[in-house]
Amino acid sequence: MARIEVGALHHLPKRIGKCVKIGHMELALFRLSNDHVYAVENRCPHRGGDLSQGIVSGEFLFCPLHDWKICMRDGNVQAPDRGCVKTYKVEIENEKIYVQL
Amino acid sequence: MKRKQLVLIGNGMAGVRCIEEILKIDRDLFEITIFGSEPYPNYNRILLSTVLQGDTSIDDITMNDWEWYEKNNIHLFVGETVVKIDKEQQLVFTDKGRVAEYDELIIATGSKPFILPIPGSDKQGVTAFRDIKDCEMLMEYAKKYKKAVVIGGGLLGLEAARGLLNLGMEVNVVHIWEHLMERQLDPTASKLLQREMEKQGMKFLLQKETAEIIGDDRVEGLRFKDGTEIAADLVVMAVGIRPNVELARQSGIAVNRGIIVNDYLETSVPHIYAVGECAEHRGIVYGLVAPLYEQGKVLAEKLCGIKGRTYTGSVVSTQLKVSGVDVFSAGEFMDQEGTSSIKVYDEFRGIYKKVVIRDEKMIGAVLFGDTSDGRKLLDMIQKNENISESFQVSFFRPSSNQSNKSMTAEMADNEVVCGCNGVTKGTICKAIVEKGLKTVEQVRDCTNASRSCGGCKGLVAELLEYTIGEEFDRSVEKETICSCTTLSREEVIEEIKSKNLKYVKEVMNVLGWKNEEGCSKCRPALNYYLSMLYPTEYQDEYESRFVNERLHANIQADGTYSVVPRMYGGVTTAEQLRKIADVAEKYNVPMIKLTGGQRIDLLGIKKEDLPKVWAELDMPSGYAYAKALRTVKTCVGKQFCRFGTQDSTQLGIDLEKKLERLNTPHKVKMAVSACPRNCAESGIKDVGIVGVDGGWEIYVGGNGGTHLRAGDLLCTVQTEEEVIEITGAFLQYYRESANYLERTSKWVERVGLERIREVIFDVDNRKQLLVRLEEALVAAKDPWKEIVENKEIQEKLFRDLKVPVNH
Repeated sequence: MARIEVGALHHLPKRIGKCVKIGHMELALFRLSNDHVYAVENRCPHRGGDLSQGIVSGEFLFCPLHDWKICMRDGNVQAPDRGCVKTYKVEIENEKIYVQL
Repeated sequence: MKRKQLVLIGNGMAGVRCIEEILKIDRDLFEITIFGSEPYPNYNRILLSTVLQGDTSIDDITMNDWEWYEKNNIHLFVGETVVKIDKEQQLVFTDKGRVAEYDELIIATGSKPFILPIPGSDKQGVTAFRDIKDCEMLMEYAKKYKKAVVIGGGLLGLEAARGLLNLGMEVNVVHIWEHLMERQLDPTASKLLQREMEKQGMKFLLQKETAEIIGDDRVEGLRFKDGTEIAADLVVMAVGIRPNVELARQSGIAVNRGIIVNDYLETSVPHIYAVGECAEHRGIVYGLVAPLYEQGKVLAEKLCGIKGRTYTGSVVSTQLKVSGVDVFSAGEFMDQEGTSSIKVYDEFRGIYKKVVIRDEKMIGAVLFGDTSDGRKLLDMIQKNENISESFQVSFFRPSSNQSNKSMTAEMADNEVVCGCNGVTKGTICKAIVEKGLKTVEQVRDCTNASRSCGGCKGLVAELLEYTIGEEFDRSVEKETICSCTTLSREEVIEEIKSKNLKYVKEVMNVLGWKNEEGCSKCRPALNYYLSMLYPTEYQDEYESRFVNERLHANIQADGTYSVVPRMYGGVTTAEQLRKIADVAEKYNVPMIKLTGGQRIDLLGIKKEDLPKVWAELDMPSGYAYAKALRTVKTCVGKQFCRFGTQDSTQLGIDLEKKLERLNTPHKVKMAVSACPRNCAESGIKDVGIVGVDGGWEIYVGGNGGTHLRAGDLLCTVQTEEEVIEITGAFLQYYRESANYLERTSKWVERVGLERIREVIFDVDNRKQLLVRLEEALVAAKDPWKEIVENKEIQEKLFRDLKVPVNH
């Protein structure tokens, strides 16, 4: 487990995802309307879509490729599709965003 | 740029297919070297048995001839075996003393035939049946000798046996089990097969285990464990294959039965991959061609850096290639606890069909005598679909002429209704019945049918009608914006106007949306309606835009984007082309493609490069990504064309300059042709103009896409000014009254051409429409320019966060 600082909260606009590159790893980072920040693996389980570019609604995001609906909190794909993306724990301290890898 | 070195060990079907896939994606990425132990180019090993049976020749089964390797600049070394891999230095060594460097290494060494470890298996006249050499030897032997024994009553053994029979030999097939092809067939099918092969002249010794091969130097016969013997002057061992993993094992790569690979076909060692029969994926080693090809494709994408699919395993099917015998088998075909099956056994015609079902899902099938349903069944098994109640056995085919049911009633349950998402009639009908669905939208949300292109909505509606009968009433089906609200578009727009709502969030809030923040359907729709109603004051909301319209480029399957600069009327200049070429080179654009709308598309651009690419192109956005006016396609026109009656090119340019950047409910494509030959395809455009002597015809509602439709003639006018005016009024009326994502083809049908004429031919009305159109056009700015000049937006939308790795 590693706790990694990925950036400052003010760099993360609300409801616009950010792709975070950590070495070869890619996360999609989202700041919701209520200021909660979620991090998920940046890869839709369907066809590998770039989730960071999806439309955000509440704690759900919609994959830009084929509109799969994914819950950012637990990573679960919503019916009628099935699947799961990896989620990562996010902590905010002094306006800085940390992700537990 | 130095190309990366890609080395392939094994010049067979799986490895070479992977190379083909790589070349398809990017010809220039790798310098490719292939080593193959056999002295031939890649051939179709599966067809060796048909060569033996005399149906084809060895030349015919060559898949990639020498020329192919040359043409693709592949360094090919045949008759040369790789004996060592140095994974630290990334080198391979061959038995001829050659050393090759690699950046990426694919192992595709296939398998080796299993030779029974019994006394005498090394005698002359004992052979396997695996490669061209074996095949040629068998054909030679058949000329000199008479008595052949094939050990192994599986697929390969039977195919070889049939070949030897064709070559005039007496053939006995020895099998250790009671039933032939026991790994592919159930006992009933197996018995039918045996009966058929016996008719062809083959003899079987079942439940016989070979103990020894007897003879001096040459084989003379076989002795079995039960003490009996049989004479033979040729023995073919077809008892199975083993993955060829020695090289990998010696090189320190993790090996179980095969070389262990993950879903990306990566072995335990970085930069080394394995595909084909030598690879073991999730505990399974595949020996059939379809899975190997799937693996090759996944690996190719991986090596080319496409964030593509993973390989998650395959449901395999087999078909025996023996003339006159049709056998098919797929999936889990044996009856076991927890399964039930549907069987048809027609002894009279020698036909047997069986499908095995678990939890209402088809998991396996066996067909004998008539394998025509094989593909369909395999498809159903692979898709893991529920088997509907109407999948029944019947004695008589329903005769089609006596029925007056609709086409949907006639469709088979496994027929695909929604091609985009692979949803069948059976799935839809079952969902309708079980979940009590009443609307097309509910079917969509529940089954995915009609979710992508929407082309099958009509069929889904018919299925609803067919399944629930009168309960389904198309007219009461109110089309709501999405499932977040019970309001229709008209109601929402009325509310927005009367309550003077100004923001997406406000609309959802005030109108009692079920989901507080809406969904990917209603948010972009509301964003459009608001911008249409308040063109000057409404601030486009990035977070309610689909990625393409947020980033002003088209997202591609691999997460890169495409860029199409504006070229009015499809006319360009040497200067523009030079600029485009320079940008394409500078940013290593992997593909430059001409579009159907007469534009140049630069594909494969990274998100972060987009603003730089636009800045350097210094051309306006071509809006190829937008729900807006896309392109005005033109023919050459009378300036050059001998048939041209009008200057179509100039009118196209004028229309495009007038209407560019106009946001519309869905994309709008236009064309101008200078005569009815219609070289610009005006008949299938949202607005298509056709020049005739002394005037212009205006066609509307044409579509060349999912809803193929010829445009309707709206009117004929005399001047270019009139064309621009009518087109503008038509588009503004479309903007104001169409549902978001409703193309003009659907809208024209819904609203009716007469109504449209009434609205836009009324002089006062038209004036007002044009005033509102003008407002929208004035407010629209070139988005690329805006982004290029705005560092903050670049930062917000285009920049990734990069975290250096230092732990």
